[in-house]
Amino acid sequence: MKNSLSEQRSERFALQDTLFINATRLFTFIVFALLLSIIISLIIGSLLSIKAFGFPFITSAVWNPVTQKFGALVPVVGTLVTSIIALLIGVPISFGIALFLTELSPNWLKRPLGIAIELLAGIPSIIYGMWGLFVFAPFFGDNIEPWLIDKLGPLPGIGFLFQGAPMGIGVLTAGLILAIMVIPFISAVMRDVFEIVPPLLKESAYGLGATTWEVVRHIVLPYARIGVVGSILLGLGRAMGETMAVTFVIGNSDDLSSSLLMPGNTISSTLANEFTEATRPLYLSALTELGLILFFITFIVLAISKLLLLQLGKQEGLES
Amino acid sequence: MFTIYNRRRLLNYFNLSASALAMLTGLLALGWILWTLLSFGFHGLSLNVFTQNTPPPGNSGGLLNAIVGSILMTVIGTLIGTPIGIMAGTYLAEFGQRGWLAPVTRFINDILLSAPSIIIGLFVYEVYVATSKHFSGWAGAFALALLVIPVVVRTTEDTLALIPDTLREAAAALGAPRWKIVTLVTWRAAKAGMMTGILLAVARISGETAPLLFTALNNQFWSSDMNAPMANLPVVIFQMAMSPYDDWHHLAWAGALLITGTVLILSIIARFLFKKEKISF
Repeated sequence: MKNSLSEQRSERFALQDTLFINATRLFTFIVFALLLSIIISLIIGSLLSIKAFGFPFITSAVWNPVTQKFGALVPVVGTLVTSIIALLIGVPISFGIALFLTELSPNWLKRPLGIAIELLAGIPSIIYGMWGLFVFAPFFGDNIEPWLIDKLGPLPGIGFLFQGAPMGIGVLTAGLILAIMVIPFISAVMRDVFEIVPPLLKESAYGLGATTWEVVRHIVLPYARIGVVGSILLGLGRAMGETMAVTFVIGNSDDLSSSLLMPGNTISSTLANEFTEATRPLYLSALTELGLILFFITFIVLAISKLLLLQLGKQEGLES
Repeated sequence: MFTIYNRRRLLNYFNLSASALAMLTGLLALGWILWTLLSFGFHGLSLNVFTQNTPPPGNSGGLLNAIVGSILMTVIGTLIGTPIGIMAGTYLAEFGQRGWLAPVTRFINDILLSAPSIIIGLFVYEVYVATSKHFSGWAGAFALALLVIPVVVRTTEDTLALIPDTLREAAAALGAPRWKIVTLVTWRAAKAGMMTGILLAVARISGETAPLLFTALNNQFWSSDMNAPMANLPVVIFQMAMSPYDDWHHLAWAGALLITGTVLILSIIARFLFKKEKISF
């Protein structure tokens, strides 16, 4: 018997609850399925190219739409080299910024400085590209590259990296602009992980007479080690996937060159430049396979970064 | 003279100065970019930008069709992505304590948040453009919606987690069913935070170029047909900036100023909203 009013109500509520909770679960499943569908659709899209070129696709440096021969080596190397340059320059600067914001800055300056660095992340990447092409590249080509060619070019060992004409655009310029773009992401995470270092530890070190640098070097860094690596990998993931800024300044050349001052290509800039021009199925499929490779690399880098940061969170949960 | 004490002090000063220098470098880069944008952008800005369509190569004109296309796709993308994001974020925060779905989705969502946006464009091309055989405004809007989702999921979950459980318990004690607790109590309490998330998502997609390159493509003429290729500010700016024409460069800078202005204003409003939220607790 369910004739009492309250019984009817609670039954109705239970039904509504089931509907609502399952609706939210369904949408969660959509987000979950999104990743799978991206991977599957990219694999289907690149089947033609996988069949035609097989594994040597990754090791071949030929990229010729006319003869329909494609290899991913040049864009893959370009992606890795620009990202590594970005990290070599961006990580020390990000570390300095995080250090400044957590240990050095007076309190009243922390907020405005933090917002300023966050603004760097808010600027759309196409703006970085235009600034790079019209302002930074000419400046770099006129003032800095001649010096690099003069002073570093003749050096044995690293000289081959700095050969060629000072054109402004090229792999090094792309790496430098990527460095500026990853700074806000890396420094924001570093700042967060520096802030979870227990004040008690730092104060003990100061009490023993340590300088600020010694506290950072021997207390903060060891404690936040995992988080620092996580933040760097996050920056790497960002740098590898960045498209527009790189497309503007890298010069888009399909030739492999050992000099950092020469034009090159990354996976994303190749896609941005050539995808809408690719008319033949094999060409499109090869480009899609490039996208698949990019997604695969960034996925692994971002997943490791995320796992490291999760682990740091757990560690903190246990100790506090 | 060079005692251990002095050496430690020197090292300290040296490294701390390097840190200050790093901060300065960051500010310098920001200042340089913004100054470039303002000086070139205002130079290119005129009434024509808002009243005329994009010109043929080498001619002067405006950006009207691109502005309208961008607004249309951003609004539709937000309208599609936001409900999905809010529902999924709600599940993660309120109902996902048991089972594998919530932790796995949380992990995947964080990766999608940083995944290359050009891959999203490629995905929409594969599943929508390639099957419908034409570039379209809808494809662009779908690609933008897919970028909205992870941002909204993340901020919704984070904000809902801030709502004290006592609020939910009080509503439950009054006999409210769970869907009413969520929609009438927690969502309402978290409104400002969730709005912040949506604004941040809009700010993010209004500057995105890569996912539109091979979904919406571009259109030189006025078009409000979502089934046809659609002009949009980022792609127009890209093509104009890469062209050899001076007139087009001026227009590109004007468009760049418009986009960046929009993005930065949205972020500032978002920040303001969230600040109020924190005070009210």
